[in-house]
Amino acid sequence: MPVITYREALRQALREEMLRDDSVFILGEDIAYYGGSYGVTKGFVDEFGEKRIKDTPISETAIIGAATGAAMTGLRPIAEIMSFNFILQAMDQIVNHSAKIHYMFGGQFQAPMVIRTPAGWSQLSATHSQTLEPLFAYIPGLKVVMPSTPYDAKGLLKAAIRDNDPVLFIEHALIYATKGEVPEEDYVIPIGKSVVRRPGKDVTIVSFSRMALESVAAAEELAKEGIDCEIIDLRSLRPLDMGPVLESLKKTNRVVVAEEGWKSHGIGAEVSARIMEEGFDYLDAPVKRVAGIEIPDPYNKHLEYQAFPHKADVIKAVREVLK
Amino acid sequence: MVDKQTALDWYRQMVLIRRFEDKCAEGYAYAKIGGFLHLYNGQEAVAVGAIGALNDDDDIVTHYRDHGHAIARRLDTKALMAELYGKETGCSKGRGGSMHLADASKHFWGGYALVGAHLPLAVGMAMRHQYTGSSQVSMAIFGDGSTNNGGFHESLNMAAVYKLPVIFLIENNLYSMGVAIHRDSAIDDLHKRAIGYGIHGEAVDGMDPLAMYEATQRAAEHCRSGKGPVLLEAKTYRFRGHSMADPEYYRNKEEVEFWRQRDPITNWKKRLLDEGLATEDELKAIDESVEREMEEAVRFADESPDPALDTLCDYLYATPVENGDLCRQQQAEKPEYVR
Repeated sequence: MPVITYREALRQALREEMLRDDSVFILGEDIAYYGGSYGVTKGFVDEFGEKRIKDTPISETAIIGAATGAAMTGLRPIAEIMSFNFILQAMDQIVNHSAKIHYMFGGQFQAPMVIRTPAGWSQLSATHSQTLEPLFAYIPGLKVVMPSTPYDAKGLLKAAIRDNDPVLFIEHALIYATKGEVPEEDYVIPIGKSVVRRPGKDVTIVSFSRMALESVAAAEELAKEGIDCEIIDLRSLRPLDMGPVLESLKKTNRVVVAEEGWKSHGIGAEVSARIMEEGFDYLDAPVKRVAGIEIPDPYNKHLEYQAFPHKADVIKAVREVLK
Repeated sequence: MVDKQTALDWYRQMVLIRRFEDKCAEGYAYAKIGGFLHLYNGQEAVAVGAIGALNDDDDIVTHYRDHGHAIARRLDTKALMAELYGKETGCSKGRGGSMHLADASKHFWGGYALVGAHLPLAVGMAMRHQYTGSSQVSMAIFGDGSTNNGGFHESLNMAAVYKLPVIFLIENNLYSMGVAIHRDSAIDDLHKRAIGYGIHGEAVDGMDPLAMYEATQRAAEHCRSGKGPVLLEAKTYRFRGHSMADPEYYRNKEEVEFWRQRDPITNWKKRLLDEGLATEDELKAIDESVEREMEEAVRFADESPDPALDTLCDYLYATPVENGDLCRQQQAEKPEYVR
């Protein structure tokens, strides 16, 4: 099976879906001749033309609103928001329009659209380094996915493009260059299905996106000490598939939830609460959360690295739940 | 001037809107209608003239004061009243209410309740028309207050950049809720804002259905010929408060009386009689047919069933989810409430 980068997996998914379906087009800031701020759509304008690869003004409200209107009337737009942080400019469109039109008008029409956007951090300071997925995972009517591997990225992006609901597809700038096996034949990964990333018997680590990769690295190190971690990669945050988490809990009786975002009101809070409600009897220790430190991201590289969670945070948390 | 049939049709539609709104006020007083209720009295000529100039497959999105637009687009008044009564037979199945009337089969894509936020939807619809090579246009109807919102700027600029077939129609009724236009807008001739986008802008007498019709026809032609968007400003006035909760402390009687003299229905009626396009008897017969339609709409709304409680989670997703549908899980565990 070919080994390709996360970025290349996204490119393949986009290109294949555009070739498969004429109603799919991409709009966003600097996606055509610049090639996308992270190079995901590089060269696409040469292949598909300006009609289907649309550079937009720096107008996030209009980008998402126009994508919604185009989707309501029969197209399948993919709107790229250059940085996850800029999505706040389009919050109203996403929350009040994209997510609600199917329900609010009694199912008369739908918004089959994808919003692709990169999260991540890298000395970009406070307004360009935020982990905002809990804000969107909170909203009924939206679907929110955050894949960690090239295989999942391609399969989930294809599923998102074919889905008839608005899907927020959150990438991560720090994992675009990571590599993995991706089959050449067409496949999709259903939205709303968690997966066992690594089987194990001692501790369950629930994670997603970059922290799922950090968790795999942590598990490898812990394995040397004889600690066998099972990793559940959520992949979708809404709908949230708790099935594999609860199955794993029944086996390990101990859970660590690892995410990059701020701790309060985060994905870890939700997963922990669901475990309390649906799996309390299986717990042998309190659930431990690994999360970002609650501050606006500082520019200084040492401070910044300190603020975000990494492999060592996961290792420490696993040891604590095993005490 | 238009032909007799059209002239009478416009008269009927304007009276229908006016009487529909009066019936809504009654229904609100009897607590049959809840939530916010924004009535359209006074602005009837804008909806009837502008929407009358569009083709059946042109796309429309509008704001929360949307009853008049829905009626002018010939949505069934029974389904509209039922929506206001929150019934399953409502045009949005009782899920949307007064501010969210829609009928996809009539390309009437809904009323939206965030000021200025629906303009980008019309831009997207026009993007679709351009993409597919269709000659359809899209129309966004919004109030003067919307023009001070970012969505207005982003939408006009984007539509102008791509030369999209969008008619942006401002209903300038001189008030952003209770704030007079000279207190919140740097200019009060809002069509002049078109200059900043290099597009055509035009003021229209919003109390005259014929003026609205002709201006919209010109705008639609402009759009269909690939020349890009148009900004129309209908100068109009609402005769009732912003919503049913409005005590109207902010405007004086003289001003209201000035605009009452320009009532679009009274003046259109006078014009039809003066020009010999209608007789008193013909107009009276129309008034009576409107009354009958209204009685039927109210009866239909009243007698229609509420949505069943177990349908609460229907329509959340268009592509159903297999796992993690918390809505249905919550609903299954919930006691049943009927208010």
